[in-house]
Amino acid sequence: MNEVVKYLLIIGGVLGVMLSIAAFLIWYERRMLSLWQDRYGPNRVGPFGLFQVLADMIKIFFKEDWIAPFADKWVFIIAPTFVVAAVLMGFAVVPFAPGIAVTDLNIGLLFFLAMSSLGAYSVFLGGLSSNNKYALLGSLRGAAQMISYEVFMSIALMGVVLMSGSFSLVDIVNAQKNMWFVVPQFVGFVIFFIAGVAETHRTPFDLPESESELVAGFHSEYSGMKFGMFFVGEYLGITLISAMIVTFYFGGWLGPAFLPPIVWFFIKTFVFITSFVLLRAALPRPRYDQLMSLGWKILLPLALLNLLVTGAIILTVGA
Amino acid sequence: MTYDQSVLDQLKEKFGASSLHVQQTKDGLPTVYVPKEKIADVLSYLKNEVPKPYKMLYDLTAIDERTRQHKENLPQADFTVVYHLLSFDRNSDVRIKVALQGEYPHIPTVTSVFTNANWYERETFDFFGIKFDGHPHLKRLIMPPTWEGHPLRKEHPARATEMGPFRLPDDKQDREQEALKFKPEEWGLKRASDDTDFMFLNLGPQHPGTHGVLRIILQLDGEEIVDAVPDIGFHHRGAEKMAERQSWHTYIPYTDRIDYLGGVMNNFAYVQAVETLAGIDVPDRAKVIRIMLSELFRLSSHLVWFGTFAQDIGQMSPVFYAFNDRERIFDIISAITGDRMHPNWFRIGGVAQDLPKGWEKMVSDFIRHFPKQLKTYDKLVLKNKIIKARTVGIGAYTTEEAIEWGVTGPGLRATGFEWDFRKKRPYSGYEQFEFDIPTGQNGDAYDRALVRMEEMNQSLRIIEQCMNNMPEGPYKSDHPVTTPPRKERTMHDIETLINHFLNVSWGPVIPPGEAFFGIEATKGNNGYYLISDGNTMSYRTRIRTPSFAHIQMVPYISRGHTIADLLAILASIDYVLADVDK
Repeated sequence: MNEVVKYLLIIGGVLGVMLSIAAFLIWYERRMLSLWQDRYGPNRVGPFGLFQVLADMIKIFFKEDWIAPFADKWVFIIAPTFVVAAVLMGFAVVPFAPGIAVTDLNIGLLFFLAMSSLGAYSVFLGGLSSNNKYALLGSLRGAAQMISYEVFMSIALMGVVLMSGSFSLVDIVNAQKNMWFVVPQFVGFVIFFIAGVAETHRTPFDLPESESELVAGFHSEYSGMKFGMFFVGEYLGITLISAMIVTFYFGGWLGPAFLPPIVWFFIKTFVFITSFVLLRAALPRPRYDQLMSLGWKILLPLALLNLLVTGAIILTVGA
Repeated sequence: MTYDQSVLDQLKEKFGASSLHVQQTKDGLPTVYVPKEKIADVLSYLKNEVPKPYKMLYDLTAIDERTRQHKENLPQADFTVVYHLLSFDRNSDVRIKVALQGEYPHIPTVTSVFTNANWYERETFDFFGIKFDGHPHLKRLIMPPTWEGHPLRKEHPARATEMGPFRLPDDKQDREQEALKFKPEEWGLKRASDDTDFMFLNLGPQHPGTHGVLRIILQLDGEEIVDAVPDIGFHHRGAEKMAERQSWHTYIPYTDRIDYLGGVMNNFAYVQAVETLAGIDVPDRAKVIRIMLSELFRLSSHLVWFGTFAQDIGQMSPVFYAFNDRERIFDIISAITGDRMHPNWFRIGGVAQDLPKGWEKMVSDFIRHFPKQLKTYDKLVLKNKIIKARTVGIGAYTTEEAIEWGVTGPGLRATGFEWDFRKKRPYSGYEQFEFDIPTGQNGDAYDRALVRMEEMNQSLRIIEQCMNNMPEGPYKSDHPVTTPPRKERTMHDIETLINHFLNVSWGPVIPPGEAFFGIEATKGNNGYYLISDGNTMSYRTRIRTPSFAHIQMVPYISRGHTIADLLAILASIDYVLADVDK
């Protein structure tokens, strides 16, 4: 009985915390961006404008739930739920601290990759069902980009798997007790980070949206809470990718004992979330074909090489 | 500016003196009437055969002559079509006119001679109803396809109150809606090629990347642009028509809104054209004030370009930095003129007021502040690898192509051709300033950006020289047409008082004549061609805007590129829709 209550608590806790982090991130990103852009950002509603998100949420909930008459209605409605559901499922395997994880799957890493792949459906179906040319172009770009970058993402991660000898995220964190994997797997980390940005389609890889070209890309036709789902899904995605970077390469919850493990985990995660925001403030957007050739011509060979070298070293030195 | 008159003899020699009629104009620009059958030959001769040829069709427009009073020594005409050609070799212009008879006259097209005549002829057809025989696509350009009448004809009402009340009965609504339907054939586009069906993408008039109400119809094969057709006119406010019912003086605020980022830069061309007509010499102080304000506006306009250029390539932050600096410039401008974007500050014969106390400090603070900002911008945007990858080699054209399409300003200099009207035809005392003309090499989007960045440095140099060498003296001329005359004198002598009263209540009377004045504006060459019929209002005001020519070139330089490239091209052109549509 206690076990069941504990699991329910953890599941509820993770859901609650993740959704509130996603909401908080909206405020956080806007404030950070304005800090870097010499302006104020939302600072009126509540202390430091913190309640801005609340006000936005109320607004977005009460907006007319409009469905484009030319859209493929059911797909149009379902599409945004994919990304939120898939990313939230991804959090199931994240080990926040020893004992605080929804589940410790022995194929945790594969489960994460599978869930993050599902997010592509959201972009693809959302754009396709909108029956809008801008959305179509955005979703085509999005689908191609996400599927391509998944390849390098998983190959980059195989280095971590080789070093820890396990697909379980808890085992991977424990294997970093002596040294964070970012040191031996630096190339893998860089590729995973780039692929992570592409996977969450954030600037500079925000081609599915590319505001100045495609208006709003794949979600041009979306409004109200359905748009809100894409929006929250994006921030959940950032959190998930940051959490995964921490888990795979930066020792997860590990850290000096003066802070509890879960605090370490969140601190590290926030550093990466901030770097996502910084990227958005700093970089322009490459063209679609440039993005693809970076992926297939540079990142893929590099990821394979990384895997080969890691494997060779482990074979000769021993794990 | 003195123009090379030898072209008149060359034309007479080639085509016979009897068929030509030379007109004297106030600006001294050689002006000659040629018979309508020979127009294509004359232009072709001037472009291709004459020594030091006139390579650019700088402007093409028409005049409705039917109500003109002062037609002494002019051939009898109901309409006149005017071709304004520019020779870079001679640094001179020539104006060719064709007198036309009849209510809706015909004239042969010159699109086979000058590629960019296409839109100019369509515009002239749209505004005057003059038909250009042989034109490939003679449809309305600016006005909606369902518009009745041709607005620049004298019988067309200028005010809404001169027309009946607006009604929209069902059948008219149906007609209007039918006209809005998109049929590729009407735009000269094919629906499919042998192996693929094209997708048509309607980019704009509401689109975040077009900076205003520009519509571009894209014919796409995947994401590749097969053809693009700009649809302009959404921002048309009838500026040229309005000039025909505003006094010479009260038209100044309207010019502010032509290139609305250029502010006084528009006044500059207009008032100088009026001053040429009236024969006013502007005092030195007014000249330098004008230059200083113009260069401040050049900076402010280039900063908007810089911010939006980066933003269109997906870089989010530079636009905020640029707008912050633009605010600093606006602080200076509003301290001097009292307004920010549309100060309406130049006057016929000078400027509205003297500089306020303490202006030097504001300007020198800015001059100290801005160079390091420019360095940051350079590092942040122009040195950025992704920006380079997005813009180098994109939307490139050669100097010859630029001239063929009537490109002026940074777009022309980016091709490596050093041509700046401030240097080549100095006006208002630009010859006394030290500054360089930055040029590019490849004429691509990146070079256009480089040229503009360096122009900001040069503008800063000019402003600094203005500050250090501001002459003393009056800020307005004492010429009777100066409007309004200097207030200090109106209460002391009756002549000035009468002038003041007349010029303010009635408006200044400008002696009959024709004059053109072009300046190096923010986006290229901006020119006003004014015809006075000896009245308080202009008989015909023609505004030659740079953006019009530049937008006409967009299809030519964007074919074969992707949508993302098109946005980079548009961003690098730096146009303003109000400047395109007038």
